[in-house]
Amino acid sequence: MLQSKSFVRKTKQGKVVKVVREHYLRDDIYCGATFCKVCDVSGARLTPDASNIIVVDTNVVLHQIDLLENPAIDYVVVLSVVLDEVKNKNISVYNRLRAICSNSLRKFFVFSNEYHKDTYVKALAGETPNDRNDRAIRVAAQWYQNHLGSSSCVLLITNDRENKRKAIDEGISAETVESYVKSLGKPELLDLVVQPQSGDVNMEEVEDLRPSKRKVIYIEHKPMSEITSGLLRGILHQGKLRVNRYNPFEAYVGSESIGDEIVIYGRSNMNRAFDGDIVAVEILPREQWQEEKSLAIAEEEDEEEDVHLAPSSADDAPRVIDAKQGSEGNTVPARPSGRVVGVIKRNWHSYCGSLDPMPMPAGNAGVAHALFVSKDRRIPKIRIQTRQLGNLLDKRIIVSVDSWDCVSRYPSGHYVRTIGEIGDKETETEVVLIENDIDARPFTSQVLACLPPLPWSVSSEDLANPIRQDLRHLRVFSVDPPGCKDIDDALHCTALPNGNFEVGVHIADVTNFVYPGTPLDDEASQRGTSVYLVDRRIDMLPKPLTEDICSLRNEVERLAFSVIWEMTPEADIISTRFTKSVIKSSAALSYVEAQARMDDSRLMDPVTADLRNMNTLAKIMRHRRIDRGALTLASAEVKFQIDTETHDPLDIGMYQIREANQMVEEFMLAANISVGEQILKHFPLCSLLRRHPSPTKEMLEPLLRTAAAIGIDLDVTSSKTLADSLDQAVGDDPYFNKLIRILTTRCMTQAVYFCSGDLTPPEFHHYGLAAALYTHFTSPIRRYADVIVHRLLAASLGINKLPDIFQDGTRLTSIADNLNYRHRNAQMASRASVELHTLIYFKKRPTDTEARIVKIRSNGFIVFVPKYGIEGPVYLTTRADKGGEWIVDEHQQKVKKTDGSVSYSVLQTVKIHMEVVEPQPNRPKLQLTVI
Amino acid sequence: MEYVTPEGFRLDGRRPMEMRQLRAEIGVVSRADGSAVFEMGNTKVIAAVYGPREVKNRSEQLNDQALVRCEYSMANFSTGDRRRKHKGDRRSTEISLVIRQTMEACILTHLMPRSQIDIFVQVLQADGGTRSACINAATLALADAGIPMSDLVTSCSAGYLNNTPLLDLNYVEDSAGGPDVTVGILPKLDKVTLLQMDAKLPMNILENVMQLATEGCKAVANYIREVLLNNTKQLEFRRGV
Ligand SMILES: [Zn+2]
Repeated sequence: MLQSKSFVRKTKQGKVVKVVREHYLRDDIYCGATFCKVCDVSGARLTPDASNIIVVDTNVVLHQIDLLENPAIDYVVVLSVVLDEVKNKNISVYNRLRAICSNSLRKFFVFSNEYHKDTYVKALAGETPNDRNDRAIRVAAQWYQNHLGSSSCVLLITNDRENKRKAIDEGISAETVESYVKSLGKPELLDLVVQPQSGDVNMEEVEDLRPSKRKVIYIEHKPMSEITSGLLRGILHQGKLRVNRYNPFEAYVGSESIGDEIVIYGRSNMNRAFDGDIVAVEILPREQWQEEKSLAIAEEEDEEEDVHLAPSSADDAPRVIDAKQGSEGNTVPARPSGRVVGVIKRNWHSYCGSLDPMPMPAGNAGVAHALFVSKDRRIPKIRIQTRQLGNLLDKRIIVSVDSWDCVSRYPSGHYVRTIGEIGDKETETEVVLIENDIDARPFTSQVLACLPPLPWSVSSEDLANPIRQDLRHLRVFSVDPPGCKDIDDALHCTALPNGNFEVGVHIADVTNFVYPGTPLDDEASQRGTSVYLVDRRIDMLPKPLTEDICSLRNEVERLAFSVIWEMTPEADIISTRFTKSVIKSSAALSYVEAQARMDDSRLMDPVTADLRNMNTLAKIMRHRRIDRGALTLASAEVKFQIDTETHDPLDIGMYQIREANQMVEEFMLAANISVGEQILKHFPLCSLLRRHPSPTKEMLEPLLRTAAAIGIDLDVTSSKTLADSLDQAVGDDPYFNKLIRILTTRCMTQAVYFCSGDLTPPEFHHYGLAAALYTHFTSPIRRYADVIVHRLLAASLGINKLPDIFQDGTRLTSIADNLNYRHRNAQMASRASVELHTLIYFKKRPTDTEARIVKIRSNGFIVFVPKYGIEGPVYLTTRADKGGEWIVDEHQQKVKKTDGSVSYSVLQTVKIHMEVVEPQPNRPKLQLTVI
Repeated sequence: MEYVTPEGFRLDGRRPMEMRQLRAEIGVVSRADGSAVFEMGNTKVIAAVYGPREVKNRSEQLNDQALVRCEYSMANFSTGDRRRKHKGDRRSTEISLVIRQTMEACILTHLMPRSQIDIFVQVLQADGGTRSACINAATLALADAGIPMSDLVTSCSAGYLNNTPLLDLNYVEDSAGGPDVTVGILPKLDKVTLLQMDAKLPMNILENVMQLATEGCKAVANYIREVLLNNTKQLEFRRGV
């Protein structure tokens, strides 16, 4: 037990106090070579078949992590001194390195050199920590060579010349990354090697090749000390840079110090900052605020807009540039604009995309410079060097950013890996998943081990459990989209003798199977939500749970968590109770079936009668909700019919919403609200709720402008007045009202999850539903928020203890943030998947259809195609002769020919032709032209 | 924060089940009837025992047993910031009480009625686990003073960080905010006389952590016995036996 070794004290100088720490050195740390005669080999990773055993230094890990992740690199000893340094400098690289080390397929071994009695080095007087660590690495490399003897060759990899020279002096073999990779004889690996920073030989060659690029393009970043003092004195402002998804030349920095968003226009003002970077910003003088704007528009038109899926909320939609305000010149700009003067923390990671098409260069030893274009438009083009250009041009690839200095227009990076061919459905789907950070890997065996054994059925213990009520006698049924396998909700409605109704909402009892803190729970919490793509579904929970054990299928007994109300025929709730239950569904209906049953007056069976009763109640509830000011918003959801063989889309069309959908939705809303009230009452500080912030004037501005142009007055003072004026906005055609609603919807931001302890009750408000509070309870199979809410509800009823996590406010907030992030990504991914399938669909089917103009541009307009739910630009002129014979009337939102023969105004119906074109090889896109 | 690396090392190079280096010396204050210095790593505590002697304040005198008093303090130089430590603050009053009650449980007080035993404990250097070190030092000092005891009392702490039970937390680990379980046992009788924890811990984990701390106490007991034995041998040698 008591195993203290000879030890030395390591003294660290703190600010004022002297900190003394013990540092135990040991003799029971092993080398990790399976062929070692003296060491314990139980955890050994390094097999004798290696030609070299590699020791890497810190900078190699920090800069060449993509190379290390490649399976071609193996037999690597990772020293604990390197791990510590990497951890301090870049936590994400550290996590990636740790992931390689723990991967049993790789031969990476962590050697705790800092605790080994022979490899610990004490800092010498006057030695910098860097030098000391470099020496520690050399000492460890030397120890390995002596320890393993002639049986293998230990090679130190370092790009630091001084370190390499010292190593060779001390008799250790050492090489640079590049020369080592070259010696492996795999040229494709060389693309992964990050080129050394400028000043090195290699870079000079590049500069010589492009003398025109020598001039300084960006302003030098300020040194950190100046930034810190600038922030302190309030001259500079710190915040996270967010680039407009639809206009990469515009970005925002939310600054706490001035309490407003600072707008950054143009790449030169963004000064090499990436989306997500923490930056320091300097506010531009007021008179430059306008000027910068017009400049940004000119720049913007260089980049062509693509046809995309119509946005469903403000989060998807492009922010409007107020060109009009500028031209009128009398309005005071609302927001300050600024310029980035330094990057405090980089958010660089790897990006998915493809190379800019270019001709194959002649000569130059096969090394080519190419520009990489990310799928994510917020990311600038990235310059990479490659030896396999011909191979990469038609591929989707992943590229990492390494550096961006002020003399180059684009950042430089390196190739990481190939995903597949551009346009191939599998490849593009993987791109969608990678881009949205969605984990589509199969569940690990640890996760699957948490599942109950199959076949599962309700046991006698479940029935005997006093917390669980036996509701199998109730006539419960479910209504879902056709073919739904993960049924997480079911309903019942029984007429009571007193004339009232007992209405129940039964939700799959997922938390009965997913216990807090298990690998299954951790995985679900990370995934946050199931992701629905057009041709596949990425589950949050493993299939046996979602499609069998938890799914409330008909004619089988299932566990549920029930909300049961007693309602008057006027749909007033008299009482509410919550209970865990056992139910047996008597029918699993689709929306269409349910609707048909209700409509068919000949049917008099009990389920149909229940449906009709519920529908009557739901209509009253819905009416009441709308009276309160809930918005009936509309979005353009499309549905594909997929070929079962090829998985190609056969047909697309708008998703039709029936009364039956609205009926189910109404009861789900009611259940969510009842549960929200219950959990908030018991846990005012740690409930997970969902809120929908009221839209600001600014967000509604484009809607109001459009409405004004066609003579409609929208009152946006509250959701109630807006709802009323939306009801009155009836045009000459039936679709007009829906179109206005669609335009309204996209002005709103999305609802978000939050922890009740973080906000005050007035902020809990859900604008869209006009509800004081709201949460998610009804879909625990596919949303993790609902799992949390189930646990809260169970705890409020005294069924379970509240898991520890709920006592930790910051953890809870970070869970809510993750859920919002995952939710958002899941939506982006399904939209991207729909866009992908739309493109595939129209490839073989050029189509003529009707579209509505939603926005006027100087050289054309943006149309919305209701039938396919897409939106895109229609150009009236070629890009070469801008404007020309067309004049834009901003005020009336019209564009007309100079001779007055043709004019287009906003919301007008136009006939357009849709066709997939390939302006550049392998870059198909959908083109809209007016006919 | 990572307190245990995936390789299983703590910040100071120990493995989770290992204690810091122990060191003890008996008879360091010659004026006292018994005294000892006890070190657990960088935590260093001195204890001095006076008595049994006549009760100073007659009103406190107990007719059937000895009066045990304990005074705990921390030297001003015991922590990095060299602040002046107040004597009667809440924390030291509490620790004084804990030490007194723990020691009282093993002293055969009924053998010394109408007398008084004073235990003075001072922390010279604090690096986590001071409570345990104080009890261990007091045990040694009491033994040195030749006060009859039913058994030795030894103490050790254990914590739970990064889902791993850790024995004998040092200051850095202690200030991580995780649970810190201090256990005191009578090793020969195999009885727990002290159990303290100021955080929440699930029952099943508490058992493991407590088990670990108890193992630590036993290791401390072995060491203390060895020290006492050596000390006795030296005394014998000096007397020329
Ligand atoms: Zn070995």
